[in-house]
Parts: sequence; structure tokens; C-alpha cells
Amino acid sequence: MIKNISNLGDAALYCDFGTEVNKEVNNKVIRYFKSIQKENIDGINNLTPSYNKLIISFDLRKKNFQNIKKSIENLNVINDDKLENNKIKIPVCCDEKFSLDIKRLEEKLKISRDKIYEKFFNKEFFCYMTGFIAGMPFLGDLETELRAKRLETPRVKVPKGSVGLTEQFANVYTFESPGGWNIIGNTPSVIFDSSKESNPNLINPGDVVTFEQITKDQYNNYNE
Amino acid sequence: MNKNYFEIKRAGINTTFQDQGRSNLYHIGIPFSGAMDNRNFQISNKLVGNETNSPVIEFAYQGPLLKYFGDNIKCAIVGDVKFIIRKNDNDIEGNCYQSFTLENGDEIDIITTNKSVYGYFAISGEFDLEYQWSSCSINTKANIGSNNGKRIEDKQKIYISKINKNLNDKKLNYINTKIEKIRVIKGTNFNYFSDEGKNIFFDKEFVVSKLSDRMGMRLDGPKIENIVDTNIKSEGLIKGVIQVPADGNPIIMLSDHGTIGGYPKIGVVISADYDKLVQLTPGSKIRFQEVELSSAETLFKLYDLETQNLISQIS
Repeated sequence: MIKNISNLGDAALYCDFGTEVNKEVNNKVIRYFKSIQKENIDGINNLTPSYNKLIISFDLRKKNFQNIKKSIENLNVINDDKLENNKIKIPVCCDEKFSLDIKRLEEKLKISRDKIYEKFFNKEFFCYMTGFIAGMPFLGDLETELRAKRLETPRVKVPKGSVGLTEQFANVYTFESPGGWNIIGNTPSVIFDSSKESNPNLINPGDVVTFEQITKDQYNNYNE
Repeated sequence: MNKNYFEIKRAGINTTFQDQGRSNLYHIGIPFSGAMDNRNFQISNKLVGNETNSPVIEFAYQGPLLKYFGDNIKCAIVGDVKFIIRKNDNDIEGNCYQSFTLENGDEIDIITTNKSVYGYFAISGEFDLEYQWSSCSINTKANIGSNNGKRIEDKQKIYISKINKNLNDKKLNYINTKIEKIRVIKGTNFNYFSDEGKNIFFDKEFVVSKLSDRMGMRLDGPKIENIVDTNIKSEGLIKGVIQVPADGNPIIMLSDHGTIGGYPKIGVVISADYDKLVQLTPGSKIRFQEVELSSAETLFKLYDLETQNLISQIS
């Protein structure tokens, strides 16, 4: 299922699942990711699944590229139906103090904000991967009418909880961070909680996420 | 309990607790972190008789000024560091790579690192720290680790939970060397760059920019031209990856890097050169040199062996 395995530097494997970005390809990546986690292969010290790649880092004191490559080629990959996916609802407030780029999006997409919200809320999105900053989910796919490029000049600080759109994806900024996604609202929900060591991420790869619009009052009185 | 402590009279530029870092968390967006210069980190612990992966204080450029209160304690400072031990208003020039004793009321003033970025301060015993995912390394971006995931600040106190007593003084003869050639393995998007761009990457000089920190090192120099696409579909990153964004200036990923990135990867710094790479100060000139995977593996074995030899010389 992996199209090609090459080395990324001297202490990582670069597993290429193809160039396309879709659920089928990503599911294969996640199946490999979960299977390797389960096998607990000695020497592997990190895994990074993404849309269509899986990077496997290892401790060069213990193993090398050839050893780990062999382990991956002989891996027992779990079946699709064994994948567990949670369904998660994320409340979002689109008050103007949160929807920083809604005007820009109206112009870019040439549709009204109501249409944007209609096409965004209460739809199911699939979590392809998490990362960049701790816990940030990359969700897709947005309808074609909602697909816009990144900001030309990224913001130095995107507020924590911001919900952003870029191309076919949506995400949530789990920390205040620099970033260039088009921000349409903000969630009061805690997406990343480092005090929960066994499961700090609310959203994990393979999960299904639905955004629900809430009012400013509901936002201010939000209690998980 | 905790009657031994340091008072931070000046925190320094970027002072954090670091140990070996945390693994197996890339998939949720958390990088390794840990001491930037792993060799010097291990040496600092060995000089005070600790396990080599014990938490230490890492500082960059200007370090902290600490005042000590408590029972006598052995300490060591490692790197290329100018520091002073102040006893009753008497200044004693400090020496790196050898342990020394602090008494109640003494101060250590870590003035600056010389021609390098990071230095390490170790105590014989244990700081009183919280662990997250088996590491107390501070990741200021995600506020993870000890000290609430924040860098050490002015006026705070650092408590010591354990002091190892009756320790003999230890010393290592070691001089940090600076490298100008960084050895790299070609990256997965090497062919995104024009022939001229590839030649520039391996032939020309680059300068370390001021915009460098624990997350990444930015380089200035001749632009590297991309002829395929200046973006790739976001995918995982590792320490040492050299990304080239649309502006043509390379960025090297360091220990606190974002775990996912969407710029083409022109190369990856080999593991053997990482400790030396992170010590390059802004303004340093560097060149990249291509090596094959098999040489990189051998070079790392040699580097690791050399580190183990240095550590075993300390007794």
C-alpha cells in the first residue's frame, strides 16, 4: 500500500502513499500509523501521519534505515473496519470580533457570509491529521465554493480558538500562533489539553467533526 | 522541605529547564524539545555525578544571575561560557567543564556564551520540577513541561528537592570546536529546485540570520530557485530538515519545530552535525556539503562514540 519508502535524513523513513489528498489515501496512512503504534517496534521514537505521507523517526543509536524499513515492509497492517473514529461537535461563534476574515472571504469567494456559514456549519468533516502546533486538526473537505487561498501576508498572531479555512481544509488554532488561514469564528471548546497526558487532543486523525454555530451569549457562558 | 533554592535575580534571554526531551508525540503536534546541544548537556550532568539525562538549566547568549540559599552544593557550567562566581562580594572567574561548590549566599552570574549560543548549568542532585510525558523540558510554544511551560523569569525561585553530598570535584579537558561545513543528505523535494538552485545550495556561503531560536534557524544568502512548486501538501517534519519557502531562503528545523510543514525540503542535516549546528550564532557563515546515507550513519556512530568517550573520561 505504501508506494515508496525512502530516507528523510539519516534517522527517519519517508513513506509515500501517493500525491492525492482524499479520505481513502489518508485512511491507509492512518491504518499504518495505528498498526506501527500497536507493534511498538523498538527504536521507533516518533510517527507523523499526514494527508498522504507517514514519517517514521527512529533512534539512530539503536536502529538504522534498513532495519526499520524491513520492519515496516513486514508489518501486519490492521483492517479498515478496526479503525475507531469519534464524532465530535465543535461550537463556533461568528461574532464580528471573532470572524476576522469574513469580509475578505465574501470578496474572494463572491458569496455572502450567510451562504458561507450555510455551507460550513452542520456538515461532517474528516480529520486528516493533527499537528503543526500541538493538537491542531486539519479537517476536510470543504465544498468547492468555500475554497480560498491563504492570506497573502500571514498574521503574526492568530487568537487561540480561531477557526480557519484554506483551500479544501478547516482547522482550529489550539494556541495563539502565527498563521495565514482565513478566520471565520472562534470556539470556546478546549481542543488541546496538556494536562490529559493519555489523550490531550479532542480531535484525532480519522475522527469526524461537525461545527455548530453559537451566539455570543452561548459563547460567553460556555461550560464544557 | 525545599530549603535549598536559587533566587533568579536576572533570568537571561532564553533560560529553560531541559532534559532528553519527549518522544512519540509528533502525531499530536508535539516535538522532541530537549537540550539543543545533547553532548554538552550530557557532559554537564556527568560533571556533577548525575545520570546523563537529568534536567539542567539551558541558557542562550546571556544566561541567568542566580543567588543560592541552602546547604553546599556542587555545580557545573558547560559550553563556551563566561561566568562569575560571587562569594561575599568577591568575584571569581568561573571555568567551564569543571565542578565547583556553591555555599549559602553565593551568586553565579552567567554573563554570556562566547561564539556559541547554548550553555548548560547542572547541579548535583535534582531540581524540584514537574514532568509532562516523562520530560520536564520546557516547550514555550505549547506551554508544556516544567515551570508551566514558560521560560524562567526574573525574581522567581527555583527549588532543589535533592542534593548529592560528598562528591569529589570533576573536570574534563574539552574545547568546543565550531563547524563551517554542515553535512546534509538530499531532501525528498531536492528536484523541486533548478540546477542553478541546487548548485547554489552546495557551493555558496549562507549566513545564520538573527531570526533563529529553538524552533528554527533561518539563513540569508543567495536565493534558491524553485521550478516545480513553492508549496507541498503539508507533511511531517523532523529536526534538521531544511525547508525552502517561496522567498528562496532556507530554514532549518530545530528541536522545538512545528511538527508539520508545507514547504519543499531541499535537505536534512545529518545527526552527527546537529549539536554543532545549533551552536552557530547569528552572522556565522556556513556551507552545505552533501553526504550519502551510509556515510551519515558512520559519522553518527563516530560522533556518538566520541561523546561516550568524553563522558567516560569524567570520574
